[in-house]
Amino acid sequence: MILKTFKLGGVHPPENKFSANVAIEPLPFPKRVAIPVSQHLGAPSTVLLKRGEEVKTGQLLAKSSGFISANIHSPVTGKIFKIDNVMDQSGYKRTAVIIDTREDEWEEGIDTSPDIIREITLSKQEIIQRINDMGVVGLGGATFPTHVKMMVPDGKKAEFLIINGVECEPYLTSDHRLMLEKGEEMLIGTQILMKALGVDKAIIGIENNKPDAITHIAELCKKFKGITVQALKVKYPQGGEKQLIKALTGREVPSGKLPIETGCVVDNVGTAYAVYEAVQKNKPLIERVVTVTGKAAKKPSNFLVRVGTPISALIEKAGGIPENLGKVIGGGPMMGKALMSVDAPIVKGSSGILLIPEEEAHRLAVKSCIRCGRCISVCPMGLEPFLLAQEVMHELWERAEHDKIMDCIECGSCHFTCPSSRPLLDYIRLGKTKVGQIIRTRGKK
Amino acid sequence: MIYAVISLSAIGVAAAVILYFVAQKFKVVEDPRIDAVEEAAPGANCGGCGYAGCRAFAEAIVKGGTLEGFNCPVGGNDTMSAIAKIMGLEVEEKEPMIAVLRCFGSRENAPQKINYEGATTCGFAHGLYSGESGCPYGCLGLGDCVEVCDFDALYMDEKTGLPVVVADKCVACGACVNQCPRNIFELRPKGKKDRRIHVACVNKEKGAPAKKNCSVACIGCGKCVKVCPFDAITLKDNLAYIDFEKCKLCRKCVAECPTGAIHELNFPPRKPKPEKKADAPKKPAPAPEKPKQPVTAKPKEPVTAQTKENN
Repeated sequence: MILKTFKLGGVHPPENKFSANVAIEPLPFPKRVAIPVSQHLGAPSTVLLKRGEEVKTGQLLAKSSGFISANIHSPVTGKIFKIDNVMDQSGYKRTAVIIDTREDEWEEGIDTSPDIIREITLSKQEIIQRINDMGVVGLGGATFPTHVKMMVPDGKKAEFLIINGVECEPYLTSDHRLMLEKGEEMLIGTQILMKALGVDKAIIGIENNKPDAITHIAELCKKFKGITVQALKVKYPQGGEKQLIKALTGREVPSGKLPIETGCVVDNVGTAYAVYEAVQKNKPLIERVVTVTGKAAKKPSNFLVRVGTPISALIEKAGGIPENLGKVIGGGPMMGKALMSVDAPIVKGSSGILLIPEEEAHRLAVKSCIRCGRCISVCPMGLEPFLLAQEVMHELWERAEHDKIMDCIECGSCHFTCPSSRPLLDYIRLGKTKVGQIIRTRGKK
Repeated sequence: MIYAVISLSAIGVAAAVILYFVAQKFKVVEDPRIDAVEEAAPGANCGGCGYAGCRAFAEAIVKGGTLEGFNCPVGGNDTMSAIAKIMGLEVEEKEPMIAVLRCFGSRENAPQKINYEGATTCGFAHGLYSGESGCPYGCLGLGDCVEVCDFDALYMDEKTGLPVVVADKCVACGACVNQCPRNIFELRPKGKKDRRIHVACVNKEKGAPAKKNCSVACIGCGKCVKVCPFDAITLKDNLAYIDFEKCKLCRKCVAECPTGAIHELNFPPRKPKPEKKADAPKKPAPAPEKPKQPVTAKPKEPVTAQTKENN
């Protein structure tokens, strides 16, 4: 069988999927949790409750404050200790609701039984409304509110729903385990999303390094009409929205446009499962699967974690902080960020926690660019990373914009492959922020 | 041969006539004062005046016909009076300004907790995380300001990890103020005999978290606000700010600050004052202090006691 993949660029980092065979384990929540009000892309939510009030699990805690925003629900039962600024994963203080927890008491109307509900009774509009109410956001990492994605703009038509089970980041296995353990629920979620979009075709893209997930989902798909599984060649960053569309359909998202231009809507398998829980079980997005792994991790594991749990609790459960720990990364090794503090809470977008040993934790010394052009050959967007980095260093924002700096998906392939270990992505990220600001102020004039 | 000379001469004369009329027709009348003003300007093209360069500055002045709102921070009063002479206008003397770093989170005061290895630019580091000391407001120490300074007026102090303003070279063009992603620099008047007092902190956190990352952070206690006899200090978002227009450089706040976040510069060492001794005869005279450290002064007990009594 010839495996599909995207053509342009890409790299092959070592996979190191240590926790692929470890079953998902529910993690008990700690005495105190902190729930940040900004866990998604877009405007932070507005807190509805006050200090000292009692909350139940699944109760609405903060309300969506704009079109691109999402509701946040209480992941625990307890009393609001206070609403304060809490250090997030980057070390900056952000508003969060701190709750002292006790025994779970679920909000009324939430189905917590393990039964699978297969019949979809809600209409298209009701499904989108329910997804909005339950605060479902994209769980692949970008945390874009899912209900916004479901509303296809006028004049555009969705043809395919693509479910992203690629998990191309090394180390991470949360999506892999979810497909194996909650495959049927995930497929029902896919059907719900298909109904909401009004499409009859869905493709689940899975990389070929997860053969068990491919066979399992392919077996289950026989019961579902219109859903197919497509095995993909292992290549990073295949899980990128634009790369996945290219790999599965051969279509290319035009520069500066959204995937809907190609008739595709992409959702993560985790999102599909969250949609199933929201629509069929009336359960808000309050927990997710997080992989704790890395070469320094004593016991690589997959946990089902409530949002707001401190990262230290997960590390503790996975064998504690190792002696040779060099750094802790939130997310995957390619796109994740090193954490400022392990006391930061898990948010909706946290897909993994990586414990890197000291000997691998440091960047190599930066040397001069030797013009080898490797960064260009691996860039999946066809950009010239060395040139963009130079332009940003010299603050040539207009030229950087002309050279399509905003098309960069920040996959880090350029930095990964650079033989002089130049911090190309650092400069491109800085340039993206600056150019983005310039474009926004221009739009206002 | 002769025909060639004649024909070429004829073409030359014809072309000269055409050029003369074209030049008359499309003549650009330019005020000669623009050139004169540009000549008087320093020619640094730094943009400190708010215009694209010295030429643009000169054009704007001549076009506006007034000096109201125009100031060349580089040339200072000399340049502005020279320009006023060309324009036939009056100009009021402006106090010379200097860039001031409102952070003293040196390696000693704000110990390093995190090891940063990314791109050596403050702009990126600011977007990525809160800083090596954990202070989300303080200096990142990667030197974007040094890079942007056209006058060599800034350098990084290897020991403290903070940029240092060279008072003789700084012309207050404001490039560092605009470049710093954390808005730590401020333009303040140079002051008489170069004496200045400022709050060397921009941390808006409450006392405890601010103090956790940095021993010289402003904790927003408000003691300086109470002690200031000129209402020059305001407290906003747990941060004191000294209004340089109201401040009379009495130094009472410096002595009062419990964390040493208020810095005094170029003042002589404090001396006991005779008339104050007469007011409080019971108190022993404060011991003469050692020569002040270059940047900061620690609050000294005897002075505090005296100032309190005098109030």
